[in-house]
Amino acid sequence: MSRDLFRSRLDLVGGRVEMTHGAGGRAMAQLIEAIFQPALANDFLGQGNDQAVMPLPRSGRLAMSTDGYVVSPLFFPGGDIGSLAVHGTINDIAMSGAVPLYLSVSLIIEEGFPLADLDRIAQSMGAASRAAGVPVVTGDTKVVERGKADGLFISTAGVGVVPPGLVLSGDRARPGDRVVLSGSIGDHGIAILSSRENLEFETAILSDSVALHDLVAAMVAAAGPHLRLMRDPTRGGVAATLNEIAHQSGVGIVIEEGTIPVKSQVIAACDLLGIDPLTVANEGKLIAVVDPAGAGSLLAAMRAHPLGGEAALIGTVVEDDRHFVQMRTAFGGGRIVDWLAGEQLPRIC
Amino acid sequence: MKHVGEYRDGALAQGIAAAIRAEADPMRSYRLMEFCGGHTHAIARYGLEDLLPPQVRMIHGPGCPVCVLPVGRIDAAIRLAASPEITLCTYGDLMRVPGSNGDSLLKAKAAGADIRMVYSTLDAVGIAEREPTREVVFFAIGFETTSPPTAMAIRLAAQSGLSNFSIFCNHVLTPAAIRAIVAGPEARRDGVKIDGFVGPAHVSTVIGADAYAFCATEFAKPVAIAGFEPLDVLQAVLMLVRQVNQGRHEIENQYIRAVTANGNRKAQALVAEMFEPREAFEWRGLGALPHSGLRLRPAWSRFDAETRFEIETVAAADHPGCACGAVLRGVKRPEECRLFGVACTPDSPIGACMVSSEGACAAQWSYGRFRSPAASVAAERVPA
Repeated sequence: MSRDLFRSRLDLVGGRVEMTHGAGGRAMAQLIEAIFQPALANDFLGQGNDQAVMPLPRSGRLAMSTDGYVVSPLFFPGGDIGSLAVHGTINDIAMSGAVPLYLSVSLIIEEGFPLADLDRIAQSMGAASRAAGVPVVTGDTKVVERGKADGLFISTAGVGVVPPGLVLSGDRARPGDRVVLSGSIGDHGIAILSSRENLEFETAILSDSVALHDLVAAMVAAAGPHLRLMRDPTRGGVAATLNEIAHQSGVGIVIEEGTIPVKSQVIAACDLLGIDPLTVANEGKLIAVVDPAGAGSLLAAMRAHPLGGEAALIGTVVEDDRHFVQMRTAFGGGRIVDWLAGEQLPRIC
Repeated sequence: MKHVGEYRDGALAQGIAAAIRAEADPMRSYRLMEFCGGHTHAIARYGLEDLLPPQVRMIHGPGCPVCVLPVGRIDAAIRLAASPEITLCTYGDLMRVPGSNGDSLLKAKAAGADIRMVYSTLDAVGIAEREPTREVVFFAIGFETTSPPTAMAIRLAAQSGLSNFSIFCNHVLTPAAIRAIVAGPEARRDGVKIDGFVGPAHVSTVIGADAYAFCATEFAKPVAIAGFEPLDVLQAVLMLVRQVNQGRHEIENQYIRAVTANGNRKAQALVAEMFEPREAFEWRGLGALPHSGLRLRPAWSRFDAETRFEIETVAAADHPGCACGAVLRGVKRPEECRLFGVACTPDSPIGACMVSSEGACAAQWSYGRFRSPAASVAAERVPA
C-alpha cells in the first residue's frame, strides 16, 4: 500500500486516534503502516498476512505465555507501557528456562488518544523487542469509544523453546534448596507510584523493567541441572512469589532480611507510603531456587552478568506443613512474610 | 535516609534487648500496652517480641483509627456514598472495613457508588475544585495527628469559596481512650492489669507529653512516649521496665527528637478554632466515651456532612463471634478470638482489627502466626 491511497498524512504531532482507526478501513491501514510497521519492522510482520508463519524449532519443548498491561501512568520513570509489555512477556517465557522466540501484540486504544503518544509507545516496543532479539511477528489494534478504556491497554503473548532436558517448575523446590534473588527489589512499583497523579514525590528511582532472558541463559549454562525453578516477582513482589513457591512445592521458606538488596530510596519511599518493599512489584528481577550443590556456580554466573551484579542468596527451603514463608529480621526476631492482603497498588503493570 | 538506618540498627537493638532481659525481674510481670497501631505494626514487623523475656508482655492498644471506628459509622458512610450526587473520598484502609450485613465501601464502590481512594485530605479538596457539580465528602478519621490536616483542608476550601466540599468527621482523642482503659470496668475488676504505656509517637508531637500527666497523677501508671522505629520501641520498653522496678510512675519521653512537653501549639489552635468535643463518641470495643470525639463548630457547619446531608448514625452490633472489642481493650489476644485465622483473615476480615495493617489482629496474623500454629493451619490456603 502506498501513501497516495490516503487522503492526508497521519498527523503524528497533534493528531488523535479516531474510531475509524479501528474500523478496518483505510484509516486503520494507514495507522498500521505509519506507526506500527516502521516501529516493529521484521520479516515475519512484513509478511502482511492475518498470521505470521515461522519455522518450527528443531528440538526442545514450546513455552507460551500471555499478559495484559494496564499500567497507569503509561509513561513512567525508566520505561513505558510499550517496553513493559515486551519485557513482561519475554520474562514470563524465560522463567521456564526457555529461549524466547516470537511475540504478538494486541492494542486496545481509546478514541482521542494522542497519535504522538501512540507512536512513542510503538517505538518503545520496537526498541525493546530489537534489544532483546525477540521480534513482534503479529499484531492487532482495536479502538473503543472515549471513556471505555483509560488511554491504552496492551496485551502481548509470546512463545519460546525450552532446551531439551531442562525442567523448571514451581513445584520442584525441596527442603535444603537455596533461594537466590537477582538484584534490589521494589524499584518498579516505587517508580510507578512516584509518578502517580495524586502521589507525586521526587525520587531518583527508575523502573527496573528489562528483559531477563539473557541472564537466564547464563544461569542455565552455569547451573542448569541444579536449577529447580525461576520466577519473576512482579505484582505482589517477592512476598507473593515466595508464597506461591511454598504452596506449589508444599514446603516452607526461611529468608534473612539482611541479605535482601533494597535501595535506600526505595526503603524511604515505602516508609512514607506505609508499604513493605517485599510486596512491591519488580519488572526486571528474578528469584531462582537451586540445589545447594549448584548455588555457588549459579551465584557466580549471575554476578558476572550485568543484570545480576547484586545477586544474593536470600534464604533456604525448609520442611513446613503450613507452607509459611518466614523471615529472620535484621533485629534477630522472626516474622511471617505474607501475601499482600487487599489491593496495595492498582494498575502497577 | 541516614536517620532510618540509625533507628533500625540490629546490633544496637540486641544491646537494648539484652539490658531489658537483664533488668526485667523474672519474679514479676510487666504488662505494657503500646497504645498506637504504629507501634503494634513495628513490634510485629521487626519480630520484637522474640527479643523480649517472657515476663515482659506487650498488650496491643486501641490506637488504630480504622479499628476503633464503630460499625454504625461505616454504615452511615456507605449510605452517604449511595446518594448519586455524592463523591465519597476515603483512605484506602477504610474501604475493606466490614459494616453491617457484610457490606463495605469496597462493595458499595463495585455496586456503583462514587467512592475514591485518596492519600490526603487535600486530594479530596482538589477533586471538589475540579468537579464542581459533585458533592465531595471526605471521610475524616484519625487521632490528633490527622485532625490538623483536616482543619487545614477546610480552611483551604473556605478560602477558595468551595461550596461542594464537606467532611464526615470521625476524629477521636487519644487521652480519652487511655483514660477509658485505665479506668474502665476491666481495670477495676483487675481483668486487664496494665503496668505501663508505650505512649503515642505522632499524636504526641501534636498534643505534647503533658497531655498524659493524668496517667501518672490519677492512676499511677508510667508512660514512655516512643517513636515508631523499632529501636524507639525497645528503648521505651526498657524505660518502662526501669520505672516499674523503681516504683516510679512518670511521663518519660523517649521520642525527644520530635515530642515536646506542650506539643504543636499552632496545630492545636487550628483544631480548636474549627472543632469542638462531642458530648460522647462511640468507639468500637470501648463504647461511648465522653468528650472523646470531635465535630465541627457551628460556625463551620457548612463543611459538616452530618449537617448537610442529615446523616443518622444507627448503632449496629459487631459480628457476634468477633472479639475486636476485647482485643482493643487489651483483654484478649488476637489469637484468643475464635474467628481469628479461621473465618477472619486479612483477605476476608470480619472485625476491623483484621483490616488495617496497624490492627492487632492483622499484625498478629500477617507477621506472627507462626508462633500460634494450631489456630492457623486450618486457614492456610492460597488466596483465590
